[in-house]
Amino acid sequence: MKGTITKQGFMDLLKDGMTIMVGGFLANGSPERLVDLVIESGVKNLIVICNDGGFEDRGVGKLIVNRKVRKLIASHIGTNPVVGTLMQDGEMEVELVPQGSLAEKIRAGGAGLGGILTPTGIETIVEKGKKIIKVQGVKYLLEEPLYADMALIGGAIVDKYGNLRYHQTMRNFNTIMAMASEVVVVEPFRREAVIDPEYVVTPHPLVDYVLEDE
Amino acid sequence: MEDKQIIAKRIAMELHDGDLVNLGIGIPTLVPDYLEEGKQILFQSENGVIGLGPLTDDETWLVNAGGNKATIVPGGSYIDSLLSFSLIRGGHIDVTVLGALEVDSEGSLASWIVPGKRVPGMGGAMDLVVGAKKVIIAMTHTNKGRSKILKKCNLPLTAARQANMIVTEMAVMRVASDGLHLLEVHPEYTVQDVIKVTEAELIIDQVIPMKGM
Repeated sequence: MKGTITKQGFMDLLKDGMTIMVGGFLANGSPERLVDLVIESGVKNLIVICNDGGFEDRGVGKLIVNRKVRKLIASHIGTNPVVGTLMQDGEMEVELVPQGSLAEKIRAGGAGLGGILTPTGIETIVEKGKKIIKVQGVKYLLEEPLYADMALIGGAIVDKYGNLRYHQTMRNFNTIMAMASEVVVVEPFRREAVIDPEYVVTPHPLVDYVLEDE
Repeated sequence: MEDKQIIAKRIAMELHDGDLVNLGIGIPTLVPDYLEEGKQILFQSENGVIGLGPLTDDETWLVNAGGNKATIVPGGSYIDSLLSFSLIRGGHIDVTVLGALEVDSEGSLASWIVPGKRVPGMGGAMDLVVGAKKVIIAMTHTNKGRSKILKKCNLPLTAARQANMIVTEMAVMRVASDGLHLLEVHPEYTVQDVIKVTEAELIIDQVIPMKGM
């Protein structure tokens, strides 16, 4: 971990056109303060990778409603009507990826893999433009890795070293996004002095900054 | 009983002691209400729970895959999306129950997009139907009078040839290599009633009244 970061320090890291991964599942485990700061910073044309489109007033949905997103890569957008509207009007590009493939693409990015082979999406429109590879007689889709300039991590219980564990279901995509991004910023859900090494989920070398409390 | 309750009640009988089960949004979430007393079923929720319990109004950060506040049963665990979908694709889920817009006689199904109209996205459905050992479709038989059980799906597929069973308020059907077998018909309907509102061809050998009704 490089250390803690102030609101301003975080906003100074942001640039137009960045690719940002945002943890959370229907905003459960999304870092709401960090999302608000992205909006406040005034950056635009972002590529956002998240499980879903969140809600109009929660999670990544706020970035979309505030027109900060050029392209959204997600598995589900049904809970935020603004996503569908912007997509139909051609104002925002949306790439829909099956949820399990999205998780594996992010993992591949963080794990130094050139992609993963999955049976999901075979014989559907998801296979369009992707390589099909046969292994041991079974057809798989090659899903290529995803990377980001920055990951915004929520739902985490953070210790003084920057180790993380997660509260309840807020773990979801946060663990893998912390591995697939150049800069990893955590918004603590709660703090703890030291997490027992047995229970650390995201070890501190993966974490760059922890957002300071208000 | 309303249609969706008939469907849920009948599907509950398909779950067996010790099964690890994933329930989709909508009708499938009603299935636990009809489980036989004492039956031990463990529910998996793709957002990261093994051992999902009933919904709650209590303060919690534990949600189900629909984002609703829920509980966890003793012995349950929280997992990340990666492990969740490794379980799903890896054949560790015994049964997945989900809704669909269309199913066809080969067991192909469509559930995630109506081009030009509604694009909610596939979420975890594509992985679930490809990976689960048994795929049960829970849906009403028709949509505004039109059959949802077709010779061939018209909408973009969620997956090809993955559904094993279809349960509607009218009937229970099994997908086999030779086609769609009509197994059970709800006592309020006749076999002819079912045939009339089913576009797909039904193979009829022995039809019994819908179990549990």
